[in-house]
Amino acid sequence: MHSRAQKRLAAAAAVCALLALPHALTFSQKEIAVFLVINVLVVVSYRFLTLVGEWSLGHVVMTGAGAYASALLSKRLGVPVPLAMPLAACAAAAIAYLLSFPLLRMKGFYFLIGSFAAGEIMRLLWKRFHNPFGGPKGIKNIPEFPGIDIGFVSVDFFEPENYYYLCLAIVAASLWIMRRLEHSPLGLTFHAVHWRDLTAQSVGVNVRRCRTVAFVAASFFAGLSGALLAHYVGAISPNRFGIDEMVFVLAWVVAGGTATIYGPIAGVVALTAINEVVLRELGFEQARPLFYGAALIASVLFLPRGLETFAPRITALFRR
Amino acid sequence: MTELLLQTAVNAVYAASYTALVAVGLVLIFGVMGIVNFAHGELYMLGAYCVVAVYAKGEMPFVFAAVAGVAAVALVGAGMERGLFRPLRGNPLGGLVASIGFLLILQAAVSIVFGVRPQHIPPLTKTVIPLGEVTVPLQRLIVIVAAAVLLSALWWFLRRTRTGWALRACAQDPEAAALQGISLNKAARLAMAAGAGLAGAAGVLAAPLIPPAPLMGHPVIVAAFVVIIVGGVGNLEGAAIAAVLYAFVHTFTTTFADGVIADITVLTLMLAVLIMRPTGIFGSQERA
Repeated sequence: MHSRAQKRLAAAAAVCALLALPHALTFSQKEIAVFLVINVLVVVSYRFLTLVGEWSLGHVVMTGAGAYASALLSKRLGVPVPLAMPLAACAAAAIAYLLSFPLLRMKGFYFLIGSFAAGEIMRLLWKRFHNPFGGPKGIKNIPEFPGIDIGFVSVDFFEPENYYYLCLAIVAASLWIMRRLEHSPLGLTFHAVHWRDLTAQSVGVNVRRCRTVAFVAASFFAGLSGALLAHYVGAISPNRFGIDEMVFVLAWVVAGGTATIYGPIAGVVALTAINEVVLRELGFEQARPLFYGAALIASVLFLPRGLETFAPRITALFRR
Repeated sequence: MTELLLQTAVNAVYAASYTALVAVGLVLIFGVMGIVNFAHGELYMLGAYCVVAVYAKGEMPFVFAAVAGVAAVALVGAGMERGLFRPLRGNPLGGLVASIGFLLILQAAVSIVFGVRPQHIPPLTKTVIPLGEVTVPLQRLIVIVAAAVLLSALWWFLRRTRTGWALRACAQDPEAAALQGISLNKAARLAMAAGAGLAGAAGVLAAPLIPPAPLMGHPVIVAAFVVIIVGGVGNLEGAAIAAVLYAFVHTFTTTFADGVIADITVLTLMLAVLIMRPTGIFGSQERA
């Protein structure tokens, strides 16, 4: 995969495969594909925060913030869903900005625990207050994404296939934005902040601002993924955004690796595929935590930089 | 009213005793190995399930169950050190992630073997001791006394024996300790076994009062994190004091408001400590 033409060819093939995918799947597999696309946004946004070297345990709660914001905006205030989604992402970003003042004073393990505490507090507030968050049962009957109906074309987004395409478009656009951000001068400074924060500071980089930008942007896209989820499943509850879910996100990211944008995607696709195809088909649904636990341990012990380290090896094989 | 206050205080002391056992074990492991063991709540859960297997199902005396529980969990801890944490030394994030993976495996294994429902354990004794205006079930008193004995034993071991000194030396400066001929591997194994054993003991003691369930470790590990942050990471005495503080705040808020508010309160307390005094209320930079 060296020349530009080859790269373009590969990209075109990937796009065709993604567009054709739902036609090869059964109904329930299509639903899984929708969740998978949404989870790709979750893990890639998670990786965006790891660019500055911080690992959060509150990221799933941020997707929850987006989901709750979008659900409340559209259900209680009657905001049209296509507008509620970006607003919800902005709400998640705003919450992250406020949280950045206490949380980004911390680093490493302290940030990890601090982000867990902040996220858990937010989640418990949803659980405790029935008005407006609906308490432990959450919010039901969330309006769906409105269908498009202009005479000869009518698209109903309640169909998993159509919602898959909608998610694919939004997620692709988000990934493109995050990629551009990462390769911008600001994104390049993120690496300096990650590996040599004191040196970066000494040459005039505003380390705190970089960390804030990464945290807020990651939460923005997490919120967007939550909004996508909320209007598809139609009902959300605090337990959906608990630490259990966070552990799965962590497993996807760790298994995939964080050096490139492809790592987390590879992680979420591979683990979801194994989980859904192997475990569900064989009827080992309750072994899901067992499988994810083994995947986490195996990746840190034997594959410390994630599945993505396979990519160069495989391309090297083809080059020979 | 005074009766309710006193009764709640007694309940808080009981909650403090097993929270302290779990948190002190976690601090010991962190101090010596520099690894945050997220699976610590599951080691506590494992201790409780040993009581299920030996005492409730195997119908053997509780003392057997207690010894078996502590020994089994300590063994699992030593195994974790050998299999997970030793290969990942110098990689704290890796150790943390591996312990999260191990947590999932323990939870799944226990729910596959015992089912997900909470287990019933016949009470040890139904005796109730009247203490002035309040009553203390003997069972709870046993937990409080046993925890106090175990914690004092640990304190004596760490401060008064050569092996204890060696452990503390590893916590303060691993390289210097190694130069004095202290084996870091042995120290890590010992710390891990002792820390896990304490969690197992907490589980054994809690089992007759809290029906064991696969997810019972979750609230305990959250409590333990609050305790080690408030007490100062790596500070054993701080952890013990913070456990009492935590238990009083949590129990009183649960009694006079509700459980969710209590969780929010203690998490906010932890966040406040993290923001204002990252080394903890009783903290200094020194570990263990």
